[in-house]
Amino acid sequence: MDMAVLAGIGALGLVAPWAAPSIVTQLAFLWLMILFAVTWDVNGGQMGYNSFGNVFFFGIGVYICALIQRDSGLSYYPALFVGTALGALGAAIAALALGPAILGIRGHYFAIATLGLSIVAADVASAWEYIGAASGLTLPLFPGAIGNRNRFFYYLLFALAAITFLAARALYRTRLGLAMNAIRDNEDKAEAMGVHTTRTKVFAWCVSAFFLGAAGGPVGNLVGFVDPRDLAFAGATFGVWMVLMAVLGGKGTLWGPVIGAVIFHVTQELFWTYLLGWQRVAMGLLIVVIVVFFPTGVVGWLLRLHGPRKRRRSTTVATSAP
Amino acid sequence: MSNLSVLADAPILLVQLVVSGVLVGAIFALVAYGMALVWGVMNIINIAQGEFVMLGGYAVFYLAGAGVPPLLGIPIAAAAMFVLAFALYRAVIHRIVGRDMFVSILATFGISILLQQLANQLFSADIRTLPSGLPSLSFDNGLISIAGVKIVGFVAALVVGSALFLFLRHTRIGRAIRATAQNARAARVLGIDTDRVYATTFALNGAICGAAGGLVAMTWFVQPYLGLTYTLRSFMIVVAAGLGNLPGVIVAGSALGVLEEAAGFVLGAEYQTAFIFLLLIALLVGRNLRLWRQRKYLR
Repeated sequence: MDMAVLAGIGALGLVAPWAAPSIVTQLAFLWLMILFAVTWDVNGGQMGYNSFGNVFFFGIGVYICALIQRDSGLSYYPALFVGTALGALGAAIAALALGPAILGIRGHYFAIATLGLSIVAADVASAWEYIGAASGLTLPLFPGAIGNRNRFFYYLLFALAAITFLAARALYRTRLGLAMNAIRDNEDKAEAMGVHTTRTKVFAWCVSAFFLGAAGGPVGNLVGFVDPRDLAFAGATFGVWMVLMAVLGGKGTLWGPVIGAVIFHVTQELFWTYLLGWQRVAMGLLIVVIVVFFPTGVVGWLLRLHGPRKRRRSTTVATSAP
Repeated sequence: MSNLSVLADAPILLVQLVVSGVLVGAIFALVAYGMALVWGVMNIINIAQGEFVMLGGYAVFYLAGAGVPPLLGIPIAAAAMFVLAFALYRAVIHRIVGRDMFVSILATFGISILLQQLANQLFSADIRTLPSGLPSLSFDNGLISIAGVKIVGFVAALVVGSALFLFLRHTRIGRAIRATAQNARAARVLGIDTDRVYATTFALNGAICGAAGGLVAMTWFVQPYLGLTYTLRSFMIVVAAGLGNLPGVIVAGSALGVLEEAAGFVLGAEYQTAFIFLLLIALLVGRNLRLWRQRKYLR
């Protein structure tokens, strides 16, 4: 059944740009949102480390790719692919370097420290002349027709989101995935049982960072312009959204973030279309309502609806971190 | 960085940075004290703290536009924010008291986005300044100048802080607040209406932020997006000082004010906030590493 659902979604993703060519960009962003929610859930939901600054890694990917495209002298496609790969690698290295210190902090202190991290990055990026400072970077033009351009980046983001989801799914089935869950449930006990907690935490953060960094290059090119605060290190939008989408769908579950991202993205597009000017106010209200009234998310709600018998068989939902 | 040599040539400027830093630090300490109050009593980290400050600033700004002198506007702003925070408690916050810390952070984050975007819609994103009409004081042939408004702000912060201290110490509801902070269950057993205590605490925090916001509007400016820096500054001060440590909050607030003034002078204004947040991360990591040796962590 699992395979059938995956194949169905994959087929839908492949034909979507031909079925609905007018909203290809929005659909590309839908895959990005899914990638955001899934990568956030790797450490937020599955490991109990609720980061508010994972957008930091996305921003690193955006900037590395944009700089490679500007400075490497390669032609369009090689520069894009080298930039994307290096962006992913750079973000993972950043997670590896910062991880041991920052992941030692727990609970709400961790949440605020990561929030600080993303704001520092936004401030530095908007003051540093070499990377364009506050005026940002303009990316090279796509060497093809406009229609092809959007479709090209759609497929790129679709592939990235699919790979991210499959990688997370594979990760949760390994011993490492279990170790992450053990850290979420009780870190001290997990350590006493012989789990290498620091190593596990840093690895999971690197996984998150790698895929976020990889998404940076294509998204920067799809938008065409890198703004330090509104795109790369957009803490008030992307940074909060990734947390919210995972919570909305049900954090700590495999499908929760995907479902949350789809619902959220559709709602957000409707807000942007119908609530001229007030969409961000509505977004704030939505966050409060979701967090206060639906803390276990859609998947948690479905599990509760079907009673305790089914709950035992499926993945448990993280309602509260210790 | 070139300003570093200026500082080396004229060490007297350092006096100005320190004095000015201590003066503005009192305002930071005031906001931080409100955060520590809510954190200690209700176990909630209020991310919307800075937005309360921002709204207080707007209240004083618009009152001044209507002819009310700023110093008189501050108590009115505090009263208005008391009511708003009380309403917020009744609408949302009472549902997240006692829940997981993650829920309270995310929910107050949502409130902060809501208030900030509401302010953006209603008051526009323009930067508003409030001419204080106070002269600057000069010493040492004008080499050192301290804005008069900063001294007024400092004194006002001290007045509000002491009033709060006396309130918590000597009134009946103040004692109930302290009892709830120590042990909410025992307080309930002894007949304290903890729900009312929480509502009062949160509203009181709103009033503190409202007053601080008026001082911020007089000293610098108001703008819909200034909230988050005040929230994180307060968080940092509380982490450095510890909960329920009023002298510590004042010292940490002054230290932050001085460091910020110095960083703004040496690194330039565009790196000033980046410096504060880097300091925040360094503080958290540093404190955590110290505990790590005893197999403990920040909690």
